[in-house]
Amino acid sequence: MSTPLQPPPKKNPQNRTLSPTRPPEARSRAALGLTAAAAEGRFALQVCAACGSVQYPPRDACSTCLSVNLPWRDIDPHGDLLAETTVRTSTNLYFRERAPWRLGSVKLNAGPVILCHVHGDVAPRSPVRLINRLDRAGQGVLFALPLDRSPNMEDDPQLRALTSDPKHRRVLITEGRSDLAPVLAKALVTAGASTIFVGVSETWRPNPQQQALSEIAQVEILPLDVTDASSTRELAGEIGGKVDILINTARFIRPGSALTRADTAFAQQEMDVNYLGLMRLAQSFGPGMCARTADGVNAATAWVNILSAHALMPAPGFGSFSASQAAALSLSQSLRGEFRGAGLRLMNVFTGPTEDDWHQPLPPPKVLPRGLARSIVAGLHDGLEDVYCGDVAQDLIARMRRDPKVLEREMTMGAADGL
Amino acid sequence: MTQLADLAQALASGAIRMVDLTHRLDPDFPVIILPPEFGQCARFRMEEVSAYDHRGPAWKWHNISMSEHTGTHFDAPSHWISGRDVAHGAVDEIPLQAFVGPVVVIDCSEGAAADDDFELTVAEIQSWEAEHGPIPEDAWVLMRTDWSKRRGAAYLNMQDDGPHSPGPDPEAMRYLVEHRNIRGFGTETVGTDAGQGMHYVPPYPAHFILHGAGKYGLQCLNNLDQLPATGAMLIAAPLKIKGGTGSPLRVLALVEETA
Repeated sequence: MSTPLQPPPKKNPQNRTLSPTRPPEARSRAALGLTAAAAEGRFALQVCAACGSVQYPPRDACSTCLSVNLPWRDIDPHGDLLAETTVRTSTNLYFRERAPWRLGSVKLNAGPVILCHVHGDVAPRSPVRLINRLDRAGQGVLFALPLDRSPNMEDDPQLRALTSDPKHRRVLITEGRSDLAPVLAKALVTAGASTIFVGVSETWRPNPQQQALSEIAQVEILPLDVTDASSTRELAGEIGGKVDILINTARFIRPGSALTRADTAFAQQEMDVNYLGLMRLAQSFGPGMCARTADGVNAATAWVNILSAHALMPAPGFGSFSASQAAALSLSQSLRGEFRGAGLRLMNVFTGPTEDDWHQPLPPPKVLPRGLARSIVAGLHDGLEDVYCGDVAQDLIARMRRDPKVLEREMTMGAADGL
Repeated sequence: MTQLADLAQALASGAIRMVDLTHRLDPDFPVIILPPEFGQCARFRMEEVSAYDHRGPAWKWHNISMSEHTGTHFDAPSHWISGRDVAHGAVDEIPLQAFVGPVVVIDCSEGAAADDDFELTVAEIQSWEAEHGPIPEDAWVLMRTDWSKRRGAAYLNMQDDGPHSPGPDPEAMRYLVEHRNIRGFGTETVGTDAGQGMHYVPPYPAHFILHGAGKYGLQCLNNLDQLPATGAMLIAAPLKIKGGTGSPLRVLALVEETA
């Protein structure tokens, strides 16, 4: 079993906060396929389209038949640990600071022998299950787990370094007015988060979630309005050094597109909350979080955006909102690049239509708060970058990957008839 | 020039006291809330452009944004559908003389303290007139409720059936406009109408009747408890916004100190 992670002691204010260091980032273009799969938590390797042999490490031509047609495929992650060793020092700063570090070779049932990181609970020469996860440089790495769950297995230091586990961490939920806020706060508490800061805008209006939020002992309600730079700056000044995970739940949505609206007022609000709100939060909280990614048990670890899946392709009837989501997605991708230097992970959770007032005229399936909360917590557990929550989001990304132009036309078919 | 010199002298000596009737433009100051499918009143926002730094080494400045009807603000006749065809109905067209003039204050603070939905009625006005004399023609009439002392959620006082705050009933507005020919009507609440003003006939009677008659509104006023019932002078000049239906502004009152 792994040694259970203890709640961190209060920080010694006389000690300098460790500067973030990173494992090696360099990869070939071919090897980035592993990173792309890890971003979604998939275990994938190249499989030769000509001869069917599974490739490892990633390469440009098949090791068996020299075909260059090597698509990435999800494959059986099971195998056997052949050999293992523990690295006790390294010239690389990141591993030097974290030694000892366990490594091994695994013979995959699918064929190749893989060099990978090894969980502390894997017994020598035992069967293992491989997972593909992002490391703190944001690159896909393979990690061997025991076949069965072992006690506190997520507390293994090598595994925790790959994930964004909420256990013993302090989370900021940026908008506490939505149905999601109390449900998400509860899910995070269940996942072991120590404090849930919840931002609430416009405290001069009643908050329908006030009661539900105040019943959760770990919740601290604080004023925060993502449309007001002085508000994001002020809260970051107060708690910016204690936010280990930030979950941006702020959203402004109204139906309508260019011609179904007579003005740009709602569009401005959509951009102000959904796009500029993210930018204000990033400018206020980003630097502090980036500086604290090596700060012990409750180091800053993840930034989470909840985006509509229609950031990828606009929804009929919500053209303007979709544009604001696309803008937020684009910014989040730049931000991810900016965060990566510090090892801070940015996770986008794409959701289909949510069960709320603005999607009330839409038919099911719709995403409920508990489904969204579950996806967020699961994504943090797995240290993901991209999560697709619900049938609509998963269907949309699958069709997007098949043919974006076909999807575009399908999404807008019937729109001219006023549907 | 003697009169202006006398005025300057009186202001300098304190014989005439200036009262600021304005709230700070603050991002946290409440604005009117409409049903969410309607367009909303923009909150006051301020974005830093530079602060003696690489964005502008020797100067600090901000871009600000808000609605015409954010914070302490002026309502022009063109704000309401009843006033859309009124001559000189936009803030940039209103004659200058309208911006400086006499003001009377009807103290409703006791009633408003007892009842969030306190109504200013004709009877209330007439009882005030019995004490202070008829409301002079072309005067501003301000309804003092001490609502400006409320903070946070108590200001809008939003409930499941909408906001609850004091205001005039339709007959009171007709009396002020048709029988007293006032210049305008001002309140300490977020609008010239009561929080539940949508349930009168006509809905929002202060807006409907005032602006239909080419009169003006002032709302979110402050410090009305520092004004005398009669005898003060109000200075309320909205920004000269082309076609503007209203404007945030600094509202001042001049009060003669009685020796």
